[in-house]
Amino acid sequence: MNARAPLLQVTGLAVSYGGIKAVKGIDLEVASGEMVCLIGANGAGKTSTLKAIAGLLPVARDSIRFESEPIGGRPAFELVRRGLALVPEGRGVFSQLTVDENLAMGAYIRRDHAEIRRDLDNIFDLFPRLKERRQQTAGTLSGGEQQMLAIGRALMSRPRLLLLDEPSMGLAPLVVARIFEIITEVARQGVTVLVVEQNARLALQRCDRGYVMESGVVTLHDTASALLDNDQVRKAYLGE
Amino acid sequence: MMKLDLSARLPWIGIVLVALALAVLPFALAGIGTTWVRITNLALLFALLALGLNIVVGFAGLLDLGYIAFYAVGAYVYALLASPQFGLHLPFWAIIPLGALVACIFGVLLGAPTLKLRGDYLAIVTLGFGEIIRIFLNNLSQPVNITNGPQGISRIDSFRLGDFDFGKSEMLFGLNFSGPIKYYYLLLLVLIVIIVVNMRLQHSRIGRAWEAIREDEVAARAMGIDTTRMKLLAFAMGASFGGIAGGIFSSMQGFISPESFVLVESIMVLAMVVLGGMGNIWGVILGALLLSFVPELLRHTIEPLQRSLFGRSIVEPEVVRMLLFGLALVLMMLYRPAGLLPSAVRRRELARKSVEP
Repeated sequence: MNARAPLLQVTGLAVSYGGIKAVKGIDLEVASGEMVCLIGANGAGKTSTLKAIAGLLPVARDSIRFESEPIGGRPAFELVRRGLALVPEGRGVFSQLTVDENLAMGAYIRRDHAEIRRDLDNIFDLFPRLKERRQQTAGTLSGGEQQMLAIGRALMSRPRLLLLDEPSMGLAPLVVARIFEIITEVARQGVTVLVVEQNARLALQRCDRGYVMESGVVTLHDTASALLDNDQVRKAYLGE
Repeated sequence: MMKLDLSARLPWIGIVLVALALAVLPFALAGIGTTWVRITNLALLFALLALGLNIVVGFAGLLDLGYIAFYAVGAYVYALLASPQFGLHLPFWAIIPLGALVACIFGVLLGAPTLKLRGDYLAIVTLGFGEIIRIFLNNLSQPVNITNGPQGISRIDSFRLGDFDFGKSEMLFGLNFSGPIKYYYLLLLVLIVIIVVNMRLQHSRIGRAWEAIREDEVAARAMGIDTTRMKLLAFAMGASFGGIAGGIFSSMQGFISPESFVLVESIMVLAMVVLGGMGNIWGVILGALLLSFVPELLRHTIEPLQRSLFGRSIVEPEVVRMLLFGLALVLMMLYRPAGLLPSAVRRRELARKSVEP
Protein backbone atom coordinates (compact mmCIF):
# COMPACT_ATOMS: atom_id res chain seq x y z
CA MET A 1 0.00 0.00 0.00
CA ASN A 2 1.24 3.42 -0.91
CA ALA A 3 2.01 5.17 2.36
CA ARG A 4 0.97 8.51 0.93
CA ALA A 5 -2.37 7.34 -0.40
CA PRO A 6 -5.25 9.13 1.33
CA LEU A 7 -7.47 7.20 3.75
CA LEU A 8 -10.50 7.96 1.63
CA GLN A 9 -10.32 8.67 -2.05
CA VAL A 10 -13.39 9.51 -4.09
CA THR A 11 -12.95 9.77 -7.84
CA GLY A 12 -15.68 10.53 -10.37
CA LEU A 13 -18.43 9.56 -7.93
CA ALA A 14 -21.88 9.68 -9.50
CA VAL A 15 -25.17 9.04 -7.73
CA SER A 16 -28.55 9.05 -9.38
CA TYR A 17 -32.07 8.43 -8.16
CA GLY A 18 -34.13 7.09 -11.03
CA GLY A 19 -33.19 9.46 -13.84
CA ILE A 20 -32.15 12.34 -11.63
CA LYS A 21 -28.44 12.83 -11.12
CA ALA A 22 -27.79 14.00 -7.57
CA VAL A 23 -24.00 13.72 -7.70
CA LYS A 24 -22.32 14.25 -11.06
CA GLY A 25 -18.83 12.83 -10.86
CA ILE A 26 -17.03 14.43 -7.94
CA ASP A 27 -13.49 13.97 -6.64
CA LEU A 28 -12.68 14.18 -2.96
CA GLU A 29 -9.90 13.06 -0.66
CA VAL A 30 -9.48 12.72 3.06
CA ALA A 31 -6.05 11.99 4.45
CA SER A 32 -5.55 10.06 7.64
CA GLY A 33 -5.91 12.33 10.68
CA GLU A 34 -7.64 15.12 8.80
CA MET A 35 -10.92 16.79 9.61
CA VAL A 36 -12.66 17.69 6.38
CA CYS A 37 -16.04 19.25 5.71
CA LEU A 38 -18.35 19.16 2.75
CA ILE A 39 -20.52 22.26 2.63
CA GLY A 40 -23.21 23.52 0.30
CA ALA A 41 -26.87 24.42 0.05
CA ASN A 42 -29.84 22.12 0.41
CA GLY A 43 -30.02 19.62 -2.43
CA ALA A 44 -26.42 20.16 -3.55
CA GLY A 45 -25.75 16.44 -3.21
CA LYS A 46 -23.83 16.46 0.06
CA THR A 47 -25.90 13.85 1.83
CA SER A 48 -26.00 11.62 -1.25
CA THR A 49 -22.21 11.75 -1.38
CA LEU A 50 -21.93 10.77 2.26
CA LYS A 51 -24.51 8.02 1.96
CA ALA A 52 -22.64 6.61 -1.04
CA ILE A 53 -19.41 6.58 0.93
CA ALA A 54 -21.16 4.87 3.85
CA GLY A 55 -22.48 2.15 1.55
CA LEU A 56 -26.13 3.12 1.64
CA LEU A 57 -26.41 3.85 -2.10
CA PRO A 58 -25.37 1.78 -5.11
CA VAL A 59 -22.37 3.35 -6.89
CA ALA A 60 -19.49 2.25 -9.12
CA ARG A 61 -16.96 0.07 -7.33
CA ASP A 62 -13.87 2.08 -8.22
CA SER A 63 -15.35 5.49 -7.47
CA ILE A 64 -14.66 5.12 -3.75
CA ARG A 65 -11.46 3.78 -2.25
CA PHE A 66 -10.84 3.31 1.45
CA GLU A 67 -7.25 2.53 2.40
CA SER A 68 -6.67 2.03 -1.33
CA GLU A 69 -9.30 -0.73 -1.53
CA PRO A 70 -12.26 -0.13 -3.84
CA ILE A 71 -15.38 -0.09 -1.67
CA GLY A 72 -17.95 1.61 -3.90
CA GLY A 73 -21.34 -0.09 -3.59
CA ARG A 74 -20.23 -2.42 -0.80
CA PRO A 75 -22.99 -2.80 1.77
CA ALA A 76 -22.86 -0.56 4.83
CA PHE A 77 -22.63 -3.41 7.31
CA GLU A 78 -19.41 -4.56 5.68
CA LEU A 79 -17.88 -1.09 5.64
CA VAL A 80 -18.38 -0.74 9.40
CA ARG A 81 -16.10 -3.74 9.81
CA ARG A 82 -13.50 -2.00 7.66
CA GLY A 83 -13.52 1.04 9.91
CA LEU A 84 -16.10 3.44 8.52
CA ALA A 85 -18.81 4.72 10.81
CA LEU A 86 -21.75 6.89 9.87
CA VAL A 87 -23.68 9.25 12.11
CA PRO A 88 -26.85 9.38 10.03
CA GLU A 89 -28.84 12.46 9.19
CA GLY A 90 -31.46 13.15 11.82
CA ARG A 91 -29.31 11.19 14.29
CA GLY A 92 -31.12 7.86 13.93
CA VAL A 93 -30.76 6.77 17.53
CA PHE A 94 -32.76 3.72 18.64
CA SER A 95 -35.35 5.71 20.51
CA GLN A 96 -36.93 2.85 22.47
CA LEU A 97 -33.57 1.62 23.71
CA THR A 98 -31.62 3.13 26.58
CA VAL A 99 -28.42 5.13 26.18
CA ASP A 100 -26.46 2.08 27.32
CA GLU A 101 -28.19 -0.17 24.83
CA ASN A 102 -27.63 2.28 22.00
CA LEU A 103 -23.93 2.39 22.78
CA ALA A 104 -23.80 -1.40 23.05
CA MET A 105 -25.42 -1.60 19.63
CA GLY A 106 -22.61 0.61 18.31
CA ALA A 107 -20.14 -2.08 19.33
CA TYR A 108 -22.20 -4.76 17.56
CA ILE A 109 -19.34 -5.88 15.32
CA ARG A 110 -16.87 -6.20 18.18
CA ARG A 111 -16.31 -9.07 20.58
CA ASP A 112 -13.42 -7.70 22.63
CA HIS A 113 -15.51 -7.05 25.73
CA ALA A 114 -12.75 -5.57 27.89
CA GLU A 115 -11.88 -3.06 25.18
CA ILE A 116 -15.54 -2.24 24.61
CA ARG A 117 -15.84 -1.38 28.29
CA ARG A 118 -12.81 0.88 28.07
CA ASP A 119 -14.22 2.65 25.02
CA LEU A 120 -17.50 3.08 26.84
CA ASP A 121 -15.69 4.85 29.68
CA ASN A 122 -13.91 7.00 27.14
CA ILE A 123 -17.21 7.99 25.57
CA PHE A 124 -18.70 8.84 28.94
CA ASP A 125 -15.66 11.07 29.56
CA LEU A 126 -16.37 12.77 26.27
CA PHE A 127 -20.10 13.04 26.98
CA PRO A 128 -20.66 13.27 30.75
CA ARG A 129 -24.32 14.08 30.00
CA LEU A 130 -24.80 10.63 28.53
CA LYS A 131 -23.38 9.00 31.62
CA GLU A 132 -26.01 10.70 33.75
CA ARG A 133 -28.71 9.36 31.46
CA ARG A 134 -27.45 5.84 30.89
CA GLN A 135 -30.70 4.10 31.79
CA GLN A 136 -32.93 6.62 30.03
CA THR A 137 -34.44 5.67 26.68
CA ALA A 138 -32.90 7.61 23.81
CA GLY A 139 -36.28 9.01 22.75
CA THR A 140 -36.52 11.00 25.97
CA LEU A 141 -33.20 12.81 25.42
CA SER A 142 -32.95 16.34 24.06
CA GLY A 143 -31.88 16.85 20.45
CA GLY A 144 -28.33 17.73 21.46
CA GLU A 145 -28.04 14.71 23.73
CA GLN A 146 -29.36 12.48 20.95
CA GLN A 147 -26.70 13.85 18.62
CA MET A 148 -24.06 13.15 21.24
CA LEU A 149 -25.43 9.64 21.60
CA ALA A 150 -25.35 9.12 17.84
CA ILE A 151 -21.71 10.22 17.73
CA GLY A 152 -20.83 8.11 20.76
CA ARG A 153 -22.58 5.11 19.25
CA ALA A 154 -20.63 5.50 16.00
CA LEU A 155 -17.37 5.75 17.94
CA MET A 156 -18.14 2.45 19.69
CA SER A 157 -17.27 0.62 16.47
CA ARG A 158 -13.75 2.10 16.71
CA PRO A 159 -13.84 3.71 13.29
CA ARG A 160 -10.83 5.05 11.45
CA LEU A 161 -13.11 7.33 9.45
CA LEU A 162 -16.12 8.98 11.06
CA LEU A 163 -18.77 10.27 8.68
CA LEU A 164 -21.19 12.84 10.07
CA ASP A 165 -24.31 13.93 8.23
CA GLU A 166 -25.53 17.39 9.29
CA PRO A 167 -24.71 17.13 12.99
CA SER A 168 -26.13 20.63 13.56
CA MET A 169 -29.55 19.86 12.15
CA GLY A 170 -32.38 21.17 14.32
CA LEU A 171 -30.16 22.14 17.25
CA ALA A 172 -29.78 25.45 19.08
CA PRO A 173 -26.61 27.44 18.21
CA LEU A 174 -25.02 26.89 21.61
CA VAL A 175 -25.59 23.16 21.37
CA VAL A 176 -24.22 23.10 17.82
CA ALA A 177 -21.05 24.82 19.00
CA ARG A 178 -20.69 22.21 21.74
CA ILE A 179 -21.21 19.36 19.26
CA PHE A 180 -18.51 20.72 16.99
CA GLU A 181 -16.16 21.09 19.95
CA ILE A 182 -16.67 17.42 20.64
CA ILE A 183 -16.14 16.44 17.01
CA THR A 184 -12.88 18.40 17.06
CA GLU A 185 -11.87 16.55 20.21
CA VAL A 186 -12.67 13.22 18.55
CA ALA A 187 -10.52 14.21 15.58
CA ARG A 188 -7.73 15.24 17.93
CA GLN A 189 -7.82 11.77 19.46
CA GLY A 190 -6.90 10.37 16.04
CA VAL A 191 -10.19 9.63 14.26
CA THR A 192 -10.33 10.97 10.73
CA VAL A 193 -13.51 12.99 10.20
CA LEU A 194 -15.60 13.85 7.17
CA VAL A 195 -18.54 16.05 8.04
CA VAL A 196 -21.36 17.24 5.80
CA GLU A 197 -22.73 20.52 7.08
CA GLN A 198 -25.02 23.37 6.13
CA ASN A 199 -23.63 25.59 8.85
CA ALA A 200 -20.65 26.51 6.70
CA ARG A 201 -19.04 28.98 9.03
CA LEU A 202 -18.86 26.67 12.00
CA ALA A 203 -17.70 23.75 9.88
CA LEU A 204 -14.93 25.76 8.23
CA GLN A 205 -13.80 27.22 11.54
CA ARG A 206 -13.30 23.74 12.93
CA CYS A 207 -12.05 21.75 9.93
CA ASP A 208 -8.68 21.51 8.22
CA ARG A 209 -10.03 21.54 4.70
CA GLY A 210 -13.35 22.02 2.98
CA TYR A 211 -15.17 21.10 -0.19
CA VAL A 212 -17.99 23.22 -1.56
CA MET A 213 -20.74 21.41 -3.47
CA GLU A 214 -23.29 22.95 -5.80
CA SER A 215 -25.86 21.08 -7.91
CA GLY A 216 -24.02 17.79 -7.72
CA VAL A 217 -20.50 19.01 -8.43
CA VAL A 218 -17.61 20.22 -6.30
CA THR A 219 -17.09 23.86 -7.22
CA LEU A 220 -14.31 24.69 -4.78
CA HIS A 221 -11.92 22.97 -2.47
CA ASP A 222 -9.20 24.43 -0.34
CA THR A 223 -7.97 24.73 3.19
CA ALA A 224 -10.71 25.81 5.54
CA SER A 225 -9.07 29.15 6.31
CA ALA A 226 -8.70 29.97 2.61
CA LEU A 227 -12.37 29.12 2.06
CA LEU A 228 -13.36 31.38 4.95
CA ASP A 229 -11.57 34.21 3.15
CA ASN A 230 -12.92 33.33 -0.28
CA ASP A 231 -15.27 36.04 -1.60
CA GLN A 232 -17.54 33.59 -3.36
CA VAL A 233 -17.92 31.45 -0.23
CA ARG A 234 -18.45 34.50 1.98
CA LYS A 235 -21.20 35.78 -0.26
CA ALA A 236 -22.97 32.49 -0.87
CA TYR A 237 -22.53 30.58 2.39
CA LEU A 238 -21.48 32.92 5.14
CA GLY A 239 -24.08 35.58 4.44
CA GLU A 240 -21.62 38.47 4.23
CA MET B 1 -30.24 -14.50 57.34
CA MET B 2 -33.14 -16.91 57.33
CA LYS B 3 -35.15 -14.50 55.28
CA LEU B 4 -32.39 -14.09 52.70
CA ASP B 5 -32.03 -17.82 52.39
CA LEU B 6 -35.69 -18.27 51.71
CA SER B 7 -35.89 -15.59 49.05
CA ALA B 8 -32.90 -17.11 47.27
CA ARG B 9 -34.71 -20.44 47.19
CA LEU B 10 -38.09 -19.01 46.35
CA PRO B 11 -37.69 -19.13 42.54
CA TRP B 12 -36.77 -22.80 42.75
CA ILE B 13 -39.72 -23.59 44.94
CA GLY B 14 -41.89 -21.79 42.42
CA ILE B 15 -40.45 -23.70 39.49
CA VAL B 16 -40.93 -27.04 41.25
CA LEU B 17 -44.54 -26.16 42.10
CA VAL B 18 -45.31 -25.08 38.53
CA ALA B 19 -43.66 -28.22 37.17
CA LEU B 20 -45.72 -30.39 39.52
CA ALA B 21 -48.91 -28.58 38.58
CA LEU B 22 -48.16 -28.99 34.88
CA ALA B 23 -47.39 -32.69 35.39
CA VAL B 24 -50.64 -33.39 37.21
CA LEU B 25 -52.79 -31.08 35.09
CA PRO B 26 -53.82 -33.48 32.29
CA PHE B 27 -55.11 -36.06 34.79
CA ALA B 28 -57.08 -33.41 36.63
CA LEU B 29 -58.51 -32.22 33.31
CA ALA B 30 -59.27 -35.77 32.22
CA GLY B 31 -61.38 -35.99 35.35
CA ILE B 32 -63.63 -33.19 34.00
CA GLY B 33 -63.60 -34.60 30.51
CA THR B 34 -61.12 -35.59 27.80
CA THR B 35 -62.35 -32.59 25.79
CA TRP B 36 -60.50 -30.34 28.19
CA VAL B 37 -57.26 -32.20 27.62
CA ARG B 38 -57.76 -31.69 23.90
CA ILE B 39 -58.50 -28.00 24.42
CA THR B 40 -55.33 -27.68 26.49
CA ASN B 41 -53.34 -29.40 23.77
CA LEU B 42 -54.65 -26.98 21.17
CA ALA B 43 -53.80 -24.09 23.50
CA LEU B 44 -50.23 -25.39 23.80
CA LEU B 45 -50.06 -25.74 20.04
CA PHE B 46 -51.17 -22.14 19.65
CA ALA B 47 -48.53 -21.12 22.18
CA LEU B 48 -45.95 -22.76 19.88
CA LEU B 49 -47.34 -20.89 16.91
CA ALA B 50 -47.46 -17.59 18.76
CA LEU B 51 -43.83 -18.01 19.85
CA GLY B 52 -42.87 -18.61 16.23
CA LEU B 53 -44.74 -15.57 15.02
CA ASN B 54 -43.27 -13.57 17.88
CA ILE B 55 -39.83 -14.00 16.32
CA VAL B 56 -41.02 -12.31 13.14
CA VAL B 57 -43.38 -9.72 14.62
CA GLY B 58 -42.11 -9.22 18.15
CA PHE B 59 -38.36 -9.52 17.73
CA ALA B 60 -37.73 -8.35 14.18
CA GLY B 61 -40.77 -6.07 13.90
CA LEU B 62 -41.98 -7.48 10.57
CA LEU B 63 -45.76 -7.64 10.39
CA ASP B 64 -46.79 -11.04 9.03
CA LEU B 65 -50.48 -11.66 8.35
CA GLY B 66 -49.98 -14.97 6.58
CA TYR B 67 -48.20 -16.87 9.29
CA ILE B 68 -50.70 -19.73 9.32
CA ALA B 69 -49.36 -20.71 5.88
CA PHE B 70 -46.21 -22.14 7.48
CA TYR B 71 -48.35 -24.08 9.91
CA ALA B 72 -50.23 -25.41 6.88
CA VAL B 73 -47.02 -26.34 5.11
CA GLY B 74 -45.79 -28.27 8.15
CA ALA B 75 -49.15 -29.96 8.58
CA TYR B 76 -49.38 -31.03 4.95
CA VAL B 77 -45.80 -32.25 4.79
CA TYR B 78 -46.60 -34.53 7.71
CA ALA B 79 -49.97 -35.57 6.34
CA LEU B 80 -48.62 -36.45 2.89
CA LEU B 81 -45.75 -38.51 4.25
CA ALA B 82 -47.63 -40.33 6.99
CA SER B 83 -51.08 -41.24 5.70
CA PRO B 84 -52.75 -43.49 3.16
CA GLN B 85 -52.83 -40.53 0.71
CA PHE B 86 -49.60 -41.74 -0.94
CA GLY B 87 -49.36 -44.90 1.11
CA LEU B 88 -46.32 -43.46 2.88
CA HIS B 89 -45.85 -43.98 6.60
CA LEU B 90 -42.53 -42.42 7.46
CA PRO B 91 -41.59 -42.04 11.15
CA PHE B 92 -42.45 -38.72 12.76
CA TRP B 93 -38.89 -37.97 13.86
CA ALA B 94 -37.94 -37.90 10.19
CA ILE B 95 -40.92 -35.89 8.95
CA ILE B 96 -41.09 -33.20 11.63
CA PRO B 97 -37.60 -31.84 10.86
CA LEU B 98 -38.39 -32.14 7.17
CA GLY B 99 -41.60 -30.17 7.70
CA ALA B 100 -39.64 -27.53 9.60
CA LEU B 101 -37.15 -27.37 6.73
CA VAL B 102 -39.82 -27.07 4.03
CA ALA B 103 -41.62 -24.37 6.05
CA CYS B 104 -38.27 -22.64 6.48
CA ILE B 105 -37.76 -22.64 2.70
CA PHE B 106 -41.21 -21.15 2.26
CA GLY B 107 -40.29 -18.58 4.87
CA VAL B 108 -37.28 -17.51 2.84
CA LEU B 109 -39.42 -17.57 -0.32
CA LEU B 110 -41.78 -15.12 1.32
CA GLY B 111 -39.01 -13.11 2.94
CA ALA B 112 -36.73 -12.60 -0.05
CA PRO B 113 -39.07 -10.58 -2.29
CA THR B 114 -40.47 -8.58 0.62
CA LEU B 115 -37.21 -7.42 2.17
CA LYS B 116 -37.69 -3.82 1.13
CA LEU B 117 -41.29 -3.65 2.31
CA ARG B 118 -42.32 -2.41 5.70
CA GLY B 119 -45.42 -2.04 7.79
CA ASP B 120 -48.69 -2.05 5.89
CA TYR B 121 -47.13 -3.07 2.58
CA LEU B 122 -45.44 -6.09 4.09
CA ALA B 123 -48.68 -6.99 5.86
CA ILE B 124 -50.59 -7.03 2.57
CA VAL B 125 -48.01 -9.20 0.80
CA THR B 126 -47.85 -11.69 3.66
CA LEU B 127 -51.64 -11.79 3.76
CA GLY B 128 -51.65 -12.61 0.07
CA PHE B 129 -49.00 -15.27 0.59
CA GLY B 130 -51.10 -16.97 3.25
CA GLU B 131 -54.09 -17.04 0.94
CA ILE B 132 -52.02 -18.37 -1.98
CA ILE B 133 -50.86 -21.32 0.10
CA ARG B 134 -54.41 -22.09 1.23
CA ILE B 135 -55.79 -21.85 -2.31
CA PHE B 136 -53.03 -24.09 -3.59
CA LEU B 137 -53.87 -26.68 -0.95
CA ASN B 138 -57.51 -26.39 -1.93
CA ASN B 139 -56.82 -26.94 -5.63
CA LEU B 140 -53.86 -29.31 -5.79
CA SER B 141 -56.23 -32.25 -6.33
CA GLN B 142 -56.16 -31.91 -10.08
CA PRO B 143 -54.70 -32.91 -12.52
CA VAL B 144 -52.60 -34.93 -10.11
CA ASN B 145 -54.17 -35.47 -6.73
CA ILE B 146 -51.66 -34.29 -4.16
CA THR B 147 -53.58 -32.60 -1.36
CA ASN B 148 -56.98 -34.15 -1.93
CA GLY B 149 -58.43 -30.62 -2.23
CA PRO B 150 -61.13 -29.39 0.12
CA GLN B 151 -61.85 -32.93 1.37
CA GLY B 152 -58.51 -32.80 3.12
CA ILE B 153 -56.38 -35.72 4.22
CA SER B 154 -57.64 -38.17 6.78
CA ARG B 155 -56.34 -41.16 8.70
CA ILE B 156 -53.02 -39.44 9.32
CA ASP B 157 -50.64 -41.48 11.48
CA SER B 158 -50.18 -40.51 15.07
CA PHE B 159 -46.66 -40.31 16.44
CA ARG B 160 -45.20 -43.70 17.11
CA LEU B 161 -41.94 -44.70 18.77
CA GLY B 162 -41.56 -48.45 18.56
CA ASP B 163 -44.62 -49.84 20.31
CA PHE B 164 -45.39 -46.56 22.02
CA ASP B 165 -48.24 -44.98 20.06
CA PHE B 166 -49.31 -41.46 20.93
CA GLY B 167 -52.72 -42.17 19.50
CA LYS B 168 -53.60 -45.05 21.80
CA SER B 169 -54.50 -45.32 25.46
CA GLU B 170 -52.12 -47.21 27.67
CA MET B 171 -51.77 -48.10 31.31
CA LEU B 172 -48.48 -46.86 32.71
CA PHE B 173 -47.48 -46.76 36.40
CA GLY B 174 -51.06 -47.61 37.23
CA LEU B 175 -52.38 -44.51 35.42
CA ASN B 176 -54.42 -44.38 32.27
CA PHE B 177 -52.44 -42.45 29.67
CA SER B 178 -54.92 -41.60 26.94
CA GLY B 179 -53.80 -40.35 23.53
CA PRO B 180 -54.44 -36.67 24.34
CA ILE B 181 -52.54 -36.99 27.61
CA LYS B 182 -49.52 -38.39 25.81
CA TYR B 183 -49.69 -35.52 23.33
CA TYR B 184 -49.98 -33.10 26.22
CA TYR B 185 -46.61 -34.19 27.56
CA LEU B 186 -45.07 -34.14 24.13
CA LEU B 187 -46.37 -30.63 23.47
CA LEU B 188 -45.18 -29.46 26.85
CA LEU B 189 -41.71 -30.78 26.07
CA VAL B 190 -41.61 -29.13 22.64
CA LEU B 191 -42.91 -25.90 24.16
CA ILE B 192 -40.17 -25.89 26.79
CA VAL B 193 -37.53 -26.50 24.11
CA ILE B 194 -38.92 -23.67 21.99
CA ILE B 195 -39.11 -21.32 24.99
CA VAL B 196 -35.44 -22.03 25.73
CA VAL B 197 -34.49 -21.46 22.09
CA ASN B 198 -36.44 -18.19 22.10
CA MET B 199 -34.79 -16.99 25.29
CA ARG B 200 -31.35 -17.80 23.97
CA LEU B 201 -32.16 -16.05 20.71
CA GLN B 202 -33.43 -12.95 22.42
CA HIS B 203 -30.23 -12.44 24.37
CA SER B 204 -27.92 -13.33 21.51
CA ARG B 205 -26.31 -11.09 18.92
CA ILE B 206 -29.05 -12.15 16.55
CA GLY B 207 -31.67 -10.94 19.01
CA ARG B 208 -29.93 -7.61 19.36
CA ALA B 209 -29.67 -7.28 15.60
CA TRP B 210 -33.42 -7.85 15.28
CA GLU B 211 -34.02 -5.27 17.97
CA ALA B 212 -31.97 -2.73 16.03
CA ILE B 213 -33.77 -3.51 12.78
CA ARG B 214 -37.13 -3.09 14.46
CA GLU B 215 -36.08 0.30 15.79
CA ASP B 216 -34.37 1.82 12.75
CA GLU B 217 -33.23 -0.16 9.76
CA VAL B 218 -30.78 2.37 8.31
CA ALA B 219 -29.15 2.89 11.67
CA ALA B 220 -28.98 -0.88 12.11
CA ARG B 221 -27.04 -1.17 8.87
CA ALA B 222 -24.74 1.62 10.02
CA MET B 223 -24.03 -0.47 13.14
CA GLY B 224 -22.64 -3.23 10.95
CA ILE B 225 -25.74 -5.42 10.96
CA ASP B 226 -26.47 -7.38 7.79
CA THR B 227 -30.16 -6.47 7.78
CA THR B 228 -31.02 -8.59 4.75
CA ARG B 229 -29.67 -11.75 6.30
CA MET B 230 -31.16 -11.03 9.69
CA LYS B 231 -34.63 -10.40 8.29
CA LEU B 232 -34.51 -13.59 6.24
CA LEU B 233 -33.34 -15.42 9.32
CA ALA B 234 -36.35 -14.12 11.26
CA PHE B 235 -38.72 -15.31 8.55
CA ALA B 236 -36.97 -18.66 8.30
CA MET B 237 -36.92 -19.32 12.04
CA GLY B 238 -40.50 -18.20 12.57
CA ALA B 239 -41.60 -20.35 9.67
CA SER B 240 -39.82 -23.47 10.88
CA PHE B 241 -41.44 -23.17 14.32
CA GLY B 242 -44.77 -22.91 12.51
CA GLY B 243 -43.86 -25.98 10.48
CA ILE B 244 -43.10 -28.02 13.60
CA ALA B 245 -46.41 -26.98 15.18
CA GLY B 246 -48.19 -27.91 11.95
CA GLY B 247 -46.71 -31.41 11.93
CA ILE B 248 -47.80 -32.04 15.51
CA PHE B 249 -51.28 -30.69 14.72
CA SER B 250 -51.56 -33.03 11.77
CA SER B 251 -50.70 -36.12 13.76
CA MET B 252 -52.77 -35.09 16.76
CA GLN B 253 -55.94 -34.46 14.78
CA GLY B 254 -55.51 -37.29 12.31
CA PHE B 255 -57.31 -35.16 9.75
CA ILE B 256 -56.50 -31.83 8.09
CA SER B 257 -58.09 -29.76 5.37
CA PRO B 258 -57.40 -26.30 3.96
CA GLU B 259 -60.20 -25.00 6.18
CA SER B 260 -57.91 -25.21 9.20
CA PHE B 261 -55.59 -22.64 7.67
CA VAL B 262 -57.78 -19.67 6.87
CA LEU B 263 -56.91 -16.01 7.34
CA VAL B 264 -58.78 -15.79 10.66
CA GLU B 265 -56.30 -18.28 12.11
CA SER B 266 -53.38 -16.04 11.12
CA ILE B 267 -55.12 -13.11 12.71
CA MET B 268 -55.88 -15.13 15.84
CA VAL B 269 -52.20 -16.00 16.29
CA LEU B 270 -51.24 -12.37 15.70
CA ALA B 271 -53.83 -11.29 18.26
CA MET B 272 -52.24 -13.66 20.78
CA VAL B 273 -48.85 -12.05 20.20
CA VAL B 274 -50.20 -8.50 20.40
CA LEU B 275 -52.50 -9.14 23.35
CA GLY B 276 -49.81 -10.88 25.36
CA GLY B 277 -47.09 -8.37 24.64
CA MET B 278 -45.05 -8.31 21.46
CA GLY B 279 -41.49 -9.41 22.02
CA ASN B 280 -42.12 -10.83 25.50
CA ILE B 281 -41.96 -14.63 25.53
CA TRP B 282 -44.11 -15.07 28.65
CA GLY B 283 -46.56 -12.45 27.47
CA VAL B 284 -46.98 -14.22 24.16
CA ILE B 285 -47.60 -17.55 25.88
CA LEU B 286 -50.12 -15.90 28.19
CA GLY B 287 -51.86 -14.38 25.18
CA ALA B 288 -52.04 -17.75 23.46
CA LEU B 289 -53.44 -19.50 26.52
CA LEU B 290 -56.01 -16.77 27.18
CA LEU B 291 -57.27 -16.62 23.61
CA SER B 292 -57.48 -20.42 23.51
CA PHE B 293 -59.15 -21.04 26.87
CA VAL B 294 -61.46 -18.08 27.39
CA PRO B 295 -63.54 -18.76 24.27
CA GLU B 296 -63.87 -22.40 25.30
CA LEU B 297 -64.92 -21.41 28.80
CA LEU B 298 -67.51 -19.08 27.29
CA ARG B 299 -68.73 -21.80 25.01
CA HIS B 300 -69.34 -23.98 28.04
CA THR B 301 -70.98 -21.29 30.18
CA ILE B 302 -73.02 -19.07 27.89
CA GLU B 303 -75.36 -21.73 26.60
CA PRO B 304 -76.30 -23.12 30.06
CA LEU B 305 -76.49 -19.60 31.46
CA GLN B 306 -79.00 -18.50 28.85
CA ARG B 307 -81.05 -21.62 29.33
CA SER B 308 -81.29 -21.06 33.05
CA LEU B 309 -82.10 -17.35 32.65
CA PHE B 310 -84.47 -17.37 29.69
CA GLY B 311 -85.35 -21.00 29.36
CA ARG B 312 -83.90 -21.07 25.87
CA SER B 313 -80.80 -20.03 23.93
CA ILE B 314 -81.26 -16.50 22.52
CA VAL B 315 -77.79 -15.62 21.30
CA GLU B 316 -75.47 -18.13 19.72
CA PRO B 317 -72.39 -18.77 21.90
CA GLU B 318 -70.22 -18.15 18.83
CA VAL B 319 -71.64 -14.64 18.44
CA VAL B 320 -71.05 -13.78 22.09
CA ARG B 321 -67.56 -15.15 21.82
CA MET B 322 -66.64 -12.89 18.93
CA LEU B 323 -68.35 -9.92 20.60
CA LEU B 324 -66.39 -10.37 23.81
CA PHE B 325 -63.22 -11.04 21.89
CA GLY B 326 -63.59 -7.78 19.97
CA LEU B 327 -64.44 -5.89 23.12
CA ALA B 328 -61.42 -7.33 24.91
CA LEU B 329 -59.12 -6.29 22.08
CA VAL B 330 -60.49 -2.74 22.01
CA LEU B 331 -60.09 -2.42 25.79
CA MET B 332 -56.59 -3.79 25.55
CA MET B 333 -55.57 -1.28 22.93
CA LEU B 334 -57.01 1.52 25.05
CA TYR B 335 -55.52 0.59 28.39
CA ARG B 336 -52.57 -1.68 27.72
CA PRO B 337 -51.44 -1.00 24.15
CA ALA B 338 -48.11 -2.75 24.73
CA GLY B 339 -49.85 -5.98 25.76
CA LEU B 340 -50.57 -7.69 29.06
CA LEU B 341 -46.88 -8.28 29.73
CA PRO B 342 -44.98 -5.63 27.78
CA SER B 343 -41.41 -6.33 26.82
CA ALA B 344 -39.88 -3.11 28.20
CA VAL B 345 -38.88 -4.84 31.42
CA ARG B 346 -36.95 -7.39 29.46
CA ARG B 347 -35.11 -4.64 27.64
CA ARG B 348 -33.96 -3.06 30.86
CA GLU B 349 -32.64 -6.41 32.05
CA LEU B 350 -30.85 -6.97 28.79
CA ALA B 351 -29.21 -3.55 28.98
CA ARG B 352 -27.77 -4.18 32.40
CA LYS B 353 -26.29 -7.45 31.31
CA SER B 354 -24.71 -6.21 28.12
CA VAL B 355 -23.01 -2.95 29.00
CA GLU B 356 -22.68 -2.62 32.75
CA PRO B 357 -18.98 -1.90 33.27
